[in-house]
Amino acid sequence: MSAVVTGIDAGPGIDATAVAQGARSLADGRPLLELRRVEASYGPYRALFGVSFTVPEGSVVALVGSNGAGKSTVARVVSGLVRAKAGSVWLAGSEITRWPAWRIARAGIAHAPEGRSVLASLTVEENLELAARALLGRRRSKGALDRAFGAFGRLAERRHQLAGTLSGGEQRMLSLAKVLAVPARLLVVDELSLGLAPAVVDEVFGALRAVRDAGTSLLVVEQHVDRVLAMADRAVVLVRGRVAAEGSVAEVLPVVARLLPQRAPVAGAASSSAQHRSPQQPGGRPGRPDAE
Amino acid sequence: MALFLSFLLPGIPYGCAYALMGAGLVLTYRASGVFNLAFGAQAYVSAIIFSIAVHDAWPAWAAFVVAVLVASPAIGLAMERLLFRYTRTAGPLVKLVPALGLLIAIPSVTQMIIGTSTRLPSSLVLQTWKIYFRLGSTPVSGGELSTTVITVVVVGLFALVLRSSGLGLRMRAVVESPRMAELSGVRADRTSATAWVLSSLFAGLAGVLLAPLFATVSAPNFTALLVAAIAAAAIGGFESLPLVLAGAIGLGIAQQLLAGYLPSGTILSSGLRPAFPFVVLAIALVARRTLRQPAARDPLASCDPPALAFRAPARMTQVAVGSRAFSVLVAGMLVATTVVLVPGSWEFVFTLGTVLSIVFLSITLLTGMGGQISLGQAAFAGAGAFTAGQLAMHAVPVLAAVLLGGLLAAALGAVVALPALRLGGIAVGLLTLSFALLATNVLFLYPWSGNGATGLTVPRPQVGTVSFAGNGAFFWLVLAFLVLLAGAVKLVQGGTIGRELAALRGSERGSAAIGIDMRRLRVVAFTLSAAIAGIGGALYASLQQSISVNDFNYQFSLVYVVVVAAVGVYSVAGALEAGVLYAVLMQLTSTLSSRFSSLLALVFALAALTYVRHPEGVVAYGKAWVLDRAEQLTRHLQRAEPTYAGPSGAATGQRHGHLRPHLRPHLHGGDRR
Ligand SMILES: Nc1ncnc2c1ncn2[C@@H]1O[C@H](COP(=O)(O)OP(=O)(O)OP(=O)(O)O)[C@@H](O)[C@H]1O
Ligand SMILES: [Mg+2]
Repeated sequence: MSAVVTGIDAGPGIDATAVAQGARSLADGRPLLELRRVEASYGPYRALFGVSFTVPEGSVVALVGSNGAGKSTVARVVSGLVRAKAGSVWLAGSEITRWPAWRIARAGIAHAPEGRSVLASLTVEENLELAARALLGRRRSKGALDRAFGAFGRLAERRHQLAGTLSGGEQRMLSLAKVLAVPARLLVVDELSLGLAPAVVDEVFGALRAVRDAGTSLLVVEQHVDRVLAMADRAVVLVRGRVAAEGSVAEVLPVVARLLPQRAPVAGAASSSAQHRSPQQPGGRPGRPDAE
Repeated sequence: MALFLSFLLPGIPYGCAYALMGAGLVLTYRASGVFNLAFGAQAYVSAIIFSIAVHDAWPAWAAFVVAVLVASPAIGLAMERLLFRYTRTAGPLVKLVPALGLLIAIPSVTQMIIGTSTRLPSSLVLQTWKIYFRLGSTPVSGGELSTTVITVVVVGLFALVLRSSGLGLRMRAVVESPRMAELSGVRADRTSATAWVLSSLFAGLAGVLLAPLFATVSAPNFTALLVAAIAAAAIGGFESLPLVLAGAIGLGIAQQLLAGYLPSGTILSSGLRPAFPFVVLAIALVARRTLRQPAARDPLASCDPPALAFRAPARMTQVAVGSRAFSVLVAGMLVATTVVLVPGSWEFVFTLGTVLSIVFLSITLLTGMGGQISLGQAAFAGAGAFTAGQLAMHAVPVLAAVLLGGLLAAALGAVVALPALRLGGIAVGLLTLSFALLATNVLFLYPWSGNGATGLTVPRPQVGTVSFAGNGAFFWLVLAFLVLLAGAVKLVQGGTIGRELAALRGSERGSAAIGIDMRRLRVVAFTLSAAIAGIGGALYASLQQSISVNDFNYQFSLVYVVVVAAVGVYSVAGALEAGVLYAVLMQLTSTLSSRFSSLLALVFALAALTYVRHPEGVVAYGKAWVLDRAEQLTRHLQRAEPTYAGPSGAATGQRHGHLRPHLRPHLHGGDRR
């Protein structure tokens, strides 16, 4: 296993092939999701420049980068909300680059987008029902709803309330419940813990772990870099729309420390993480005490 | 009691027709947020196809299948696929303008295809059954019975299907955020296409069922019905189909009762009966809560590139100077030809264009700058015109009468703005539309106002010894008004009110949050706009010298918005160009046979369909395109470094090439390509 660490100025071609090879040699298994030299833009504004990386089957991949690096754009390209201008996206061997978002959703990629991502004019129950009905069919949607309400008691109390009137944190919970209610092959979460109370953040990470253990692969965007790295198998570092590093957590850590010094999980962050999470191994490498 | 029943029963078929149309409106509104004002036109098309097929000796069932089950859904599907699919997440104006365009375009295309000969309606077999039975002593005809049964069954079935299939839920999700719906695995495209097809079925059914209620099959009949249908939809809160059904039948009955009991021959009965739906609509709009709040914003709007700035981009100095010089040259030539060269009829045409430009300025101010939709500008113009006319008859100097006309229109504008204060977007448009209808059907008919179809005569002004009676002299006067008012609008645009209006257009809540008094601002915008329209109307009166209610028909309000939106609603120049262009094209097409009489409206209606892609207007788009090329050429000739770099050079593409967002964020530091 070798980390692919490229300077941000390197041509996109170099790391693309290297990443693909690196991914295939992974012990974890064949790639579930693969991005090959993806370019994306918003109208005239370009956001991604030849982004390539893989999410191996059954793994947790952290996507880190500073504000505006393109993390959300990657998530949107994967779920089909933004279409890649060039390059391709593959899900378990089939190309999904040009698929509409609904088809990607039905193929098993669930995406909890950043920000307020509930349908405000629908009730909590209708929000959940919409996804469950479309993805599972009417008959099995009942069970999905029960599961969601079972996991989030708070939402069950408010099932007939309009989602737009939920508090910000409750809305985040609802968008999580939406993607958790229906089992997915790949779950893409974008800043899920933003604006949540610390105790709830713990709960969210617990839920993500449970999903992972149930066999869903994860692509996680988080500002709590230390926490997500603690849980991830692999990490991708984005800088200004390019992949600056990809590899196992240990391998990308130096790059993260160099590029995001304020967030480097070396000294301060590691100890703060140690306060409410599990102990770190020496040498500043976040271990994965809860995994396996 | 028998009398009561005999008044009441004929109202039910009307009510059923309103219900079918109202249900169709609710459907498209729910599924795509579009207020399909072209719905009446769709009904008309089905009615005419049915009528032609039956007269050509087709079996009625075959005619029904073609008219209702094939043609109408096909039109609806085309509308969704080609237009409204792209407006789903757009603002109310973007959704409204193409619908207005279709409202005008569909009947005029139909007229060009089938000609103008009168078409008699055909009835469904059921409706011609001569079985009568009696309710008390009142006979019930097969037509009344079948229409009622069909409507209640269809609407009821439909409400059931919506609920149990989850289609209703999907529609509500798609209209709030197609992207969020898709993330949940819902096929947004298919959902809204389904809604449009179903809604068009309603339109077709309404058309065929309704046709026998009129003597002839004509588009205005159906458009007029639309208002009652909108009122029914508003009673149902644009949501509940059963309530729409109940409201519609209630409306139909109430209308017939009014007709029966009001003393006939008075203006009260001839005015109140047609006005009734508008009054109900206005009350329902203001009283029901549904349309009051702007629809929830798309939470995934940030997946779209930033909205274009409706502001002319900064140009290279040479190009800017050149284009200004060119505009001055063209304007000067227009003035010169009007005064010196052209024959009398064209002098009149350019004067008319100038007057229309003034009226159109009122739309620039209200809609372009303030984002408020008004479908009643012709009524304000009429108010100004008739006030001036009445005053002139009482020996008030014409020039003073014109200004007083503007003043009264301004007062009316303020009055209309008051109930509109609590409404947003499309509801304001509907409210002003109902005001315009009220004006043409009631207010302008009295001898003290517009004096009905006879109208008023208004002389040309005379100031001291200077007479403006001649067309040439009058042109200078009108031009002076235009220059003054255009300057005033520009001043407003650049001043505090203009900035506040821009904020209001962006986000009403946001403006309120930064301390702008939204209510005052809206009243100010409506008042100023109505004043301009009123002055324009008064000048129009003096230009024509004789005016009647037909000059200010509510349909002109719709046409005006379409014309200005098509040419360019965001700039003062757009209003001027629209006025001249409209008058010139009107003159050019006036010689066509009656079959093509609506060609002019069609041209603008088709141009309005491009509003979805070019909200700045086709002419403004064209100008920007030319200036872009000019800049490229200049740069090429200079071989100089570009004074600025587009966000990404070639990737900018045609679509955004002309409107460069104002502040260009430096993406990724130096990584812009
Ligand atoms: N709708 C949009 N229109 C134009 N540019 C956009 C749009 N959305 C994002 N961008 C730009 O694309 C780049 C990547 O944005 P993205 O949202 O993917 O960043 P991010 O890594 O998720 O940042 P954050 O950590 O702040 O969420 C940024 O420079 C951003 O300004
Ligand atoms: Mg983001």
